[in-house]
Amino acid sequence: MNLEGLLAQLLAMAVALAGGPLLAGWVNQCRAWLQGRRAPPLLMPFRMLHKLFWKESVVAHDASPIFRITPYIVFGCMLLASLIIPTLSTDLPMAPAADAIALVGLFGIARLFISLAAMDIGTAFGTMGARREMLVGFLAEPAFLMVLFTASLISSSTSLATTVSTLAHREFAILPSLAFAGIAFTMVSLAENARVPVDNPATHLELTMIHEALVLEYSGRHLALIEWAATLKLFAYSCAGLAIFFPWGIAEARDHAALLWALPVLAVKLAIGGFTLALIETILAKMRIFRVPEFLATAFLLGVLALLVHLLLGA
Amino acid sequence: MTSLTSQVINLFASVLLLIAFAMLSQRRIVTLINLFALQGLALVGSTVTVAWATGQHHLYWSAGITFVLKVVALPLILHRLIRRLNVKWDIETLINIPTMMLVGIVLVVFAFNLALPISEFSNSIARGTLGIALACVLMAFLMMITRSKAVPQVIGFLAMENGLFFAATSATYGMPMVVELGIALDVLVGMIILGVFMFQIREQFDSLDIHHLEKLKED
Repeated sequence: MNLEGLLAQLLAMAVALAGGPLLAGWVNQCRAWLQGRRAPPLLMPFRMLHKLFWKESVVAHDASPIFRITPYIVFGCMLLASLIIPTLSTDLPMAPAADAIALVGLFGIARLFISLAAMDIGTAFGTMGARREMLVGFLAEPAFLMVLFTASLISSSTSLATTVSTLAHREFAILPSLAFAGIAFTMVSLAENARVPVDNPATHLELTMIHEALVLEYSGRHLALIEWAATLKLFAYSCAGLAIFFPWGIAEARDHAALLWALPVLAVKLAIGGFTLALIETILAKMRIFRVPEFLATAFLLGVLALLVHLLLGA
Repeated sequence: MTSLTSQVINLFASVLLLIAFAMLSQRRIVTLINLFALQGLALVGSTVTVAWATGQHHLYWSAGITFVLKVVALPLILHRLIRRLNVKWDIETLINIPTMMLVGIVLVVFAFNLALPISEFSNSIARGTLGIALACVLMAFLMMITRSKAVPQVIGFLAMENGLFFAATSATYGMPMVVELGIALDVLVGMIILGVFMFQIREQFDSLDIHHLEKLKED
């Protein structure tokens, strides 16, 4: 491991830790503007985290150790996930440690633990949320894998760093398979990040919520870690999508100028992506939970179609 | 230049396949008709691209016929028909929609495998898309099988014709002009006859559900 790679990795980590809450704040701001409300400040998620970290953490009497360690595991998984996704540079020392399939596995571990913790306390809402989360998760995971496989087939490697640098260097071509995969990826990320057509991130109406029902029992620093992990997840998904489908501006190995240039490019791409997300959330209405399997089946279908079209047409 | 045109053809072919899936999973009849018109438009686009790339002038004519017939005339007739029959919804598919999509994927895999050896005999610019054309035909079949109302079945029949036409363009640069004109006329006349037929069904049974046709005798 060389020093430059380490520095690039540390920079990527700092960007992810700061960028996650910023992205969440930006999406909330855009959504407020689009809905004609007064927007909360951009740094609102940071203030929220600051407030929660200084509050006392209350844990139920019946809580098992799983309940206590889950916030740390979830936060660790999300941080690791955002480290192996090439956000700024494709020269990452962490990249050989985990490929695209392991990335899906990381999200899977986080989901498993947060569902276990929600059921651990024994409240009805936690159990309901855990079941819904598992329903969404087990349908979204294969679709996500199909999207990653399509990108991997085009670049003939499952390593995300190699995939992204191959995609960034190919000459211009119309790839219908990547377009299909892009739509499927958008649908999967909406479902996985508890966004509007599937779940409402701002809801506190018990019967409709998924993500909020899972973390209902957490408070204080535990809740802060989980909220931070949720923003990291959104950041990781956004960066993965941008890196695979719009790979321009990501630095190569040993290219300092490009690394400095990559940061503003990423900021602009994330700003556009966040605005698009807010737009989607404003236009669409939340669908019934029984429609979610259909929504995710469509995403899976698009992923498989992308794979098949690539195999048949080579494009 | 050839690589770019073949990419554009591939793009149109993928759009055709996507629309075929969208039609398979669509519940509303009005949207179904609009999707059918869109599929026709994608077909026109691919035919014009093939014609421009290969200099086959008769393909421009067939693209023109397709546009007039499948993008303008037939959707208009269908819209009028459902307005007069007063049917907007078709909720009853025989199997549920996610299952239908999975069956659709299996059909696509089957069609791709079937078309791969055939397309190697062809030397046309768009020979890779033969599999997609075959998949479109099979999915239109599936749509006709799984819908219980008459109007979506007719749309499935028309979509199947779209797939066949696309297969002809991609494999052999289209059929002779006489055949194409004959098919176009056939589809138009068939559409009118089916329209009349639907009114007859509704008058007889007060519903467009074709299961009523299984009873042969009045008792």
